[in-house]
Amino acid sequence: MNVRIRKLVTFVDETLMEAGRAVSPPVRRAAALAVIENPFAGRYEEDLTILVDAGAELGELLSRRAVAALGVAGEACQSYGKAALVGENGELEHAAALLHPRMGAPVRSTLGKGAALIPSSKKRGGIGAELDIPLGHKDAAFVRSHFDAMQVCVPDAPRADEIVVAVAVTTGGRPLPRVGGLRHEDAEGKDGLR
Amino acid sequence: MTEIHLRKRLLIVEDIFHEGGPAVVTPHRRAAALAVIANPFAGRYVEDIAPFMKDLEPLGLDMAKRLVAALGGDPTGIEGYGKGAIVGGAGELEHGALWHVPGGYAMRGALGEAKAIVPSAKKVGGPGARLDVPITHINASYVRSHFDAMEIGVNDAPRADEILLALVMTTGARVHARVGGLKASEIQGKDGLR
Repeated sequence: MNVRIRKLVTFVDETLMEAGRAVSPPVRRAAALAVIENPFAGRYEEDLTILVDAGAELGELLSRRAVAALGVAGEACQSYGKAALVGENGELEHAAALLHPRMGAPVRSTLGKGAALIPSSKKRGGIGAELDIPLGHKDAAFVRSHFDAMQVCVPDAPRADEIVVAVAVTTGGRPLPRVGGLRHEDAEGKDGLR
Repeated sequence: MTEIHLRKRLLIVEDIFHEGGPAVVTPHRRAAALAVIANPFAGRYVEDIAPFMKDLEPLGLDMAKRLVAALGGDPTGIEGYGKGAIVGGAGELEHGALWHVPGGYAMRGALGEAKAIVPSAKKVGGPGARLDVPITHINASYVRSHFDAMEIGVNDAPRADEILLALVMTTGARVHARVGGLKASEIQGKDGLR
């Protein structure tokens, strides 16, 4: 890894009941996060290649950790998302360098497929800021039951010169979906949309 | 016997490599198992709440076993622990105190004999409230390198009529521990203190 990792954090949440009703099977979501040093903190740098390359490595590391935390095969994951939270001495563009050019391919490799865009969010924030990772169906972005988000927070990060990078995967959509639209069972998964 | 209504579980695992100092080869690890349950006493004063402690024991033991598994599966690798509870707004602080006995029961059930008191924190809070769960060495409370805390929380819990229960375990000292005091290697381990 060409950037220094201070810590790795994994979250697994399982929803067993919603609105007093059992969710069967329970919806399980995992997020794997890395807290990395921002090599460009405190200065303007035109060439962000270091973070672009780190994005590829983190895509592989974090997607594997998230899938392992769910204890299922990558192919069994249904939705995904990614996000980055830049400490106060960094730029939003640093998050973009990590997330957009090269992170997607290794994430898709871990999951076996992934025709859909990986939904993402980014922001700058202080230590302990909360990050909402958007979630969407991995093969058909229009699957309405799988539009969701997972909130994560690392209490001691990002420090001013750090970036928190996150990849989330799930075994299903919202707990009690009932607002219609395309369903997981009906998705073709060819064009990434339907 | 009061039935436990479990709405969701959250497992958090941190792998800490450094905190600005020399990076360690084997990361310091800490993990928290959280459970969001219905508060059977919410909204009214109930005098006789103590029997619920027994009802919580199986849930506690399950949480403790999940923690050991998340930290590598070997109970002898666990060196620090703590517990906590956040009671939703329609409950009392005393409902959080119900966790003291089953929380300790769960730790000893998963770890075998652990001599030190399990440090704890509790409060009343709304959804997303954060709690700093104190951590000390499992056999000798005065081991200075193991004094720590882990901040936990669940963004949508506890609702007013819920209780969020937490158990925390760690694999060792703070990553750059260097403020002296009793060392883990010097424990007598008889009284749970030194």
